[in-house]
Amino acid sequence: MAQRPPVSDWSTDFDHTDRRWIENPFVIWDDLRQHCPVAQTERFGGVYLPTRYSDVRAIAYDTNNFSSRRPVIRENPPTVGLPSPPITSDPPHHKPARMLLLPAFTPQAIARLVPRTQRICNELIDAIVGAPTCDAATAYTQHIPVRVIAYMLGIPEEEGDRFRRWIHVFLEDTIVDDDNTAADRLLATAAEMDDFFRPYAQARRADPGDDLISFLVQARHEGQPLTERHLFGALRLILIAGIDTTWSAIGASLWHLANTPADRARLVADPGLIPTAVEEFLRAYAPVTMARQVVNDIEVGGCPMKAGRLVLLPFPAANRDPAVFRDADKVLIDRQDNRHAAFGLGIHRCIGSNLARLEITVALEEWLKRIPEFRLDEKRAVSWSRGPVRGPRSLPFVLGA
Amino acid sequence: MREKGTLRLSIDSARCQGHNRCCALAPELFDADELGFAHVKGSGLVPAALEEKALLATRNCPEYAVRAKRE
Repeated sequence: MAQRPPVSDWSTDFDHTDRRWIENPFVIWDDLRQHCPVAQTERFGGVYLPTRYSDVRAIAYDTNNFSSRRPVIRENPPTVGLPSPPITSDPPHHKPARMLLLPAFTPQAIARLVPRTQRICNELIDAIVGAPTCDAATAYTQHIPVRVIAYMLGIPEEEGDRFRRWIHVFLEDTIVDDDNTAADRLLATAAEMDDFFRPYAQARRADPGDDLISFLVQARHEGQPLTERHLFGALRLILIAGIDTTWSAIGASLWHLANTPADRARLVADPGLIPTAVEEFLRAYAPVTMARQVVNDIEVGGCPMKAGRLVLLPFPAANRDPAVFRDADKVLIDRQDNRHAAFGLGIHRCIGSNLARLEITVALEEWLKRIPEFRLDEKRAVSWSRGPVRGPRSLPFVLGA
Repeated sequence: MREKGTLRLSIDSARCQGHNRCCALAPELFDADELGFAHVKGSGLVPAALEEKALLATRNCPEYAVRAKRE
């Protein structure tokens, strides 16, 4: 399937890899929510798309009828599964796999990373400040989560380029398949990741430290040490789910501020408002859209769903539902009531949400302190990623007043 | 005008998924356990000065797990 035909009708033939969706999915979702709140497509093996908060929430909560075994929709998925517990797990296996990771991601555990995150941000800003222009996506936002995760894992931060290459294969490259190589490339990348982590796991088993790999090799799952498959699956999850997501959220926040001088000036003058603004950026530009597989024939929002088909769960569309959020289409950086679903709802709540919030908040605080004046460079284009994680992959800025 | 009665907070632990919005917005009233799930501190009775924070926490819980009731 070399060419995907253009979308004829977003309600019956949507394509989440279409250029128009990548550029601006919000207008598509807003229109569907009003006219056809659960869209569908025969592409990708058959997929449903709820756009109302209530339907997204109902599906996220209904783990009996919706499985997480395929959390990313691919044109040609590999025939062997790549389990990454707990994100690919359903009850009853989900809970023990999740419980063993939770202690590493509590607010208390994550708060210890503040000084390191501040230092990482400032080292990056050192190389930007004073220049007339920069690409904030490649010079700043992409490095922050990579370095924080590398630090948590106890792996040299210089391995970041390798991490980003792997993640690009998983989340962007192989979700479509123009030449029938996607499944092979995905499996080869997973094997490369296992080979990379194997010596680290061996070393930490022999001589554990206080890093996340040591934590995992010492962890017990139902009384036993993790199998190699479980260990590497969990490490793959931490890398893949912890990097592009936060990169996207920081980038979208800076993109908004570059576009909205009044909000930028307000946060520079009142940094105490940044945590509130971060929640609004998470609501309005939630990066992550996960997927589920229908287990039993069921109806959601008036739409019959057939077992075996997939469902896209666009948390960012739920976050723009005017039935739940007043002025849902406006970005209000002082919004007080903000029950957004950027980190998902129900048992699969993003395990790294405390870490993501910390990174986004520190990244904005440090940037605004040292680069209070910036705007989009109109001569160069902003580009957005394709796939389950949406964020700016280039952010050409003009710096200074 | 202040409503009558004291506000009492509770967390529906079957709903809490550990988003930690309540702990972040009202650390005087909520705490997280060793897995990151939230609980109310003490009896859950809210001093008048913290009522606004308590209500903010209820209105920001993505799982609708934080409850406030007047007694």
